[in-house]
Amino acid sequence: MHDQLAKITAREEAEAQKFDHTLKVCVAASCLSSQSDQVVAALKEQIEAQELPATCQAKGVGCLGLCSRGPLVAVSHREQAAETLYEQITPDHAPSLVEAAAAGRIVADLVCPTDTPFFQRQTKIVLENSGAIDPERIEEYVAADGYQGLLKAVTEMAPAQVIDEILRSGLRGRGGGGYPTGLKWTTVAKADANQTKYVICNADEGDPGAFMDRSVLESDPHRILEGMTIAGYAIGASKGYIYVRGEYPLAVERLKKAINQARRLGVLGSGICGTTFNFQIEIRLGAGAFVCGEETALIASIEGKRGTPRPRPPYPAELGLWGEPTLINNVETFANVPPIIRRGGDWYAAIGTDKSRGTKVFALAGTIANTGLIEVPMGIPLREIIDEIGGGIPGGRPVKAVQTGGPSGGCIPAAYLDTPVDYESLVNLGSIMGSGGMIVMDESTNMVDVARYFMEFCMTESCGKCVPCRVGTVQMYHLLDKIHRGKATRKDLVLLEKLCQMVRETSLCGLGQTAPNPVNSTLRYFRQEYLDLLTDDPVENPSEVPA
Amino acid sequence: MLANPKQLDPPTDDIRWRFVQAAMRRNGFRRSALIETLHAVQEAFGCLDEDALRYVATSLSVPLSQVYGVSTFYHLFSLKPAGRHTCVICTGTACYIKGGPQLLETVRNAFDIKPGETTADGQLSLLTARCVGACGLAPVAVFDGEVLGNLTTEKTLESLANWSQNDA
Repeated sequence: MHDQLAKITAREEAEAQKFDHTLKVCVAASCLSSQSDQVVAALKEQIEAQELPATCQAKGVGCLGLCSRGPLVAVSHREQAAETLYEQITPDHAPSLVEAAAAGRIVADLVCPTDTPFFQRQTKIVLENSGAIDPERIEEYVAADGYQGLLKAVTEMAPAQVIDEILRSGLRGRGGGGYPTGLKWTTVAKADANQTKYVICNADEGDPGAFMDRSVLESDPHRILEGMTIAGYAIGASKGYIYVRGEYPLAVERLKKAINQARRLGVLGSGICGTTFNFQIEIRLGAGAFVCGEETALIASIEGKRGTPRPRPPYPAELGLWGEPTLINNVETFANVPPIIRRGGDWYAAIGTDKSRGTKVFALAGTIANTGLIEVPMGIPLREIIDEIGGGIPGGRPVKAVQTGGPSGGCIPAAYLDTPVDYESLVNLGSIMGSGGMIVMDESTNMVDVARYFMEFCMTESCGKCVPCRVGTVQMYHLLDKIHRGKATRKDLVLLEKLCQMVRETSLCGLGQTAPNPVNSTLRYFRQEYLDLLTDDPVENPSEVPA
Repeated sequence: MLANPKQLDPPTDDIRWRFVQAAMRRNGFRRSALIETLHAVQEAFGCLDEDALRYVATSLSVPLSQVYGVSTFYHLFSLKPAGRHTCVICTGTACYIKGGPQLLETVRNAFDIKPGETTADGQLSLLTARCVGACGLAPVAVFDGEVLGNLTTEKTLESLANWSQNDA
């Protein structure tokens, strides 16, 4: 297998050497919805038309990061390391782009500057291949050190050594909870060896405003397959499932293609890398239920049932899919595994902070200049993400709050922007790391409205199994709506706070337990906005709001 | 995991049932293949009608109540046929603070339908989505599977008007 991977790498390198100029077009979801596929076609056509097929090539690659300026095209030349990035390219730009690329010139008025903090301040591990390789060709993944981690794991390491490496890396679950990945692996590995075990990749990215997992799946699907296969080897499983949102057809299509390619190469299926280790991966489609991101609900859904959670313990690590020990990790967690095995746990542990190691991918959105995908070391201050990487709010207006963690998270006010981004610091602020959605809001956003929005979300997405969540979210929504409409009294606010506590403490699963978070955090930092909307209390509300 | 090796005859001789049968066969007629099978039915027929639910229930040996329960639990499954065109407005957080609700209001008023409904002439279904994952382009809507970003109310109405013109 080693020779085979080396051969593919050599062939790919030779192939790349044939072309003097390469035009890489982002074909991930965001750019694709700005018709970047037509840009690829137009560029290819132009290369033919200008009789340059021997020296120029155009190809589709994964996410280039700065989604708001898409479609993006990166042009590289053989003898230069630096790439030129072009923004908002349409098929009409193809003739001039191809002509300039072939002549080694730059089309100045289309250039997207890359010397900005958005590009300079990032540390890419999970996204190292995004925007560099064609996600639909396994050869390019292999040439970028792909499947080297798996090869090393299955041929040179015992399963326990693989788990040790993950433990040493300090990697924690990237789905939001932050449970140490190595510990989870250890628990499942310790389960009875005679039992069938399963590996599940949670790709049911349901938080509104989060699109990291989607981008990884679409830009670098083999990375997930490799991570899952290494996990399977480490815990002694031979079957894995990827549970993908039904809303992500492109990710599903690319995963399917990747699974077939990996099987053919012998890095997935029976006798992986010439050893006796077998591992199969199947895709399971979600059907639009937010609660299925909860692990026990996700398992029910894979079993073909309604996605309702069940009480834990027993945790899936003991009693999971079909009642067998099951390892569930999020997409980004698995994406971190191959580089950790390849380069060692110590290398990974050197990045980030003491308790939160490595990097985290964030989806920056909302009222911010640079929307898109970023990967930064843990511990970076929020301010650096918002003001420098994100470029601040257009027009230089001040930030009011940053929302992290989706409907389970909270709003962090501008005063706390110097907080380092790690699991514990965000929890202390009343929010959570979450899966990585980061929504920036300016003064025009009303916080009561935001809280109401998230409560409406939780209300509709509540599965209905336990009463506190099913009934509580509806009541909280109506109270928030009443406050927002300026019809509520001081009593309603007291009731709302009581309900928040009750729902948090008595709900069955994470959806209900965290549903009050957006309310609690906005009450904590923006209480005055609530008080301003109340109608009855002249002491706390001197400027009467007309009902 | 009971396997049911017997393949039952579909309710009609519509050729699209073969697609559904293929999906069930691929999964060995296992009960756990219920959601996969319903996806296949929806893809082939556009919705899950009573005939389809009964057929899937019998073929996979799953109680009809469970099939109905699953079909109504998940948002992507629809028991009613969709209109000729679908317009999905994203209601994710980024779209919400950048004007998604106004888009929804515009379409609602222009066609007098609520989310989840279809116009009386069967031309347009209005749906909402919980974030289509294109937050960089917010606000976003999906017209017949094509994602359009940075929308304004004018642009949305224009796109919808183009449909009626093309169909005429």
